[in-house]
Amino acid sequence: MSPQTDSESFVLLRLAERRFAVAAGDIAELVAPSRVFCFPHQTKEIEGVILRRGRIVPVCDVAARLIGKSLLSRRFYLIAQRRYANGTEWIALPVTGDCELIFAEMIPASEADLPHVSGWLSHAGDVIEVLNLNALTPGPTAANLLAPVAALHQEVLS
Amino acid sequence: MRLPIPAKAPPARTEQIILFRVSGQLFAISSASVQEVRSVDTLAGAAREIAQAGLRKVRHIVQRGEHSLYVVNGAMHFGLPPFAPALVFVLRRTRTALLVDGIEKMTTMTRLQALPQAFCNDERDWYRGVTAIDQTVVPVVKPEGFLTPDELFLLDSSLEPKDSRVEHNDSVGAPPSAFEGGSFRSPDTTDPASLPQ
Repeated sequence: MSPQTDSESFVLLRLAERRFAVAAGDIAELVAPSRVFCFPHQTKEIEGVILRRGRIVPVCDVAARLIGKSLLSRRFYLIAQRRYANGTEWIALPVTGDCELIFAEMIPASEADLPHVSGWLSHAGDVIEVLNLNALTPGPTAANLLAPVAALHQEVLS
Repeated sequence: MRLPIPAKAPPARTEQIILFRVSGQLFAISSASVQEVRSVDTLAGAAREIAQAGLRKVRHIVQRGEHSLYVVNGAMHFGLPPFAPALVFVLRRTRTALLVDGIEKMTTMTRLQALPQAFCNDERDWYRGVTAIDQTVVPVVKPEGFLTPDELFLLDSSLEPKDSRVEHNDSVGAPPSAFEGGSFRSPDTTDPASLPQ
């Protein structure tokens, strides 16, 4: 098997001076920042929601957790798919620079790695964390998962 | 050749909602969930203060026949800055009367999106979901989410043992409280528009 066959595609994102990777299959699109709508809630990782293609997408600034500080400026929102027990939903991750699609071979994370690291890859002389969005972004607790599935789906009144 | 008659799309089912503000923040509620809208002043004579509710967002109770309604301060419920509410929503099929700033407008929504699962704390009990109105995202509140069963139990318990409380009440002999006098105003405020925090 050739090395190319073993390669997977990833999207590199930039948070300040650091770069991280997300599996390309988990990325929906890269969009320019738009108005963030805020309303009261108690999930501190979520700063609000944006409207995108008729969907209401939560914005989650992962920089505080990954680089130790929140982003003062943002260039794009990387819209990724976050998996839940009941399906997938979009989540918007603010990033500070251009994103890049690359092919690389991922080394799976070890037990010593943090939960939000699903693996590592080497690219252009850097070793880059591949992010596990399920561990990095908030989601329901076990108790919430017991809620009826229907309640979690989009309710269309037409 | 006869062309098939195009199937008519069913008429869009809409839901009438009230857009209202609490501490300046916009919310929506199904108008079917609101039994009454009253000004705070008209409720003042009917409200009694709860001495030891143990719940900061509820300071008053309104007796309606056999039922008692707990007056919930919307700002405290949502963790917003204090405000001077002007209206009270009496919520249908609940024991909640909700203090709000005022009504923005009545409108209709055609689509209610479930609250994204990334929101995973108390807000899941607060909201039915979110909707987009005039390019603005508005959370649609859940009427039964203002007081949980545990909170109702706590409030009911605080009212129950009246006889034993009289014996141990430090305020016996003190000037009549708003609870006794029926004033809806907080005793330490002189602004008629302000409400108990």
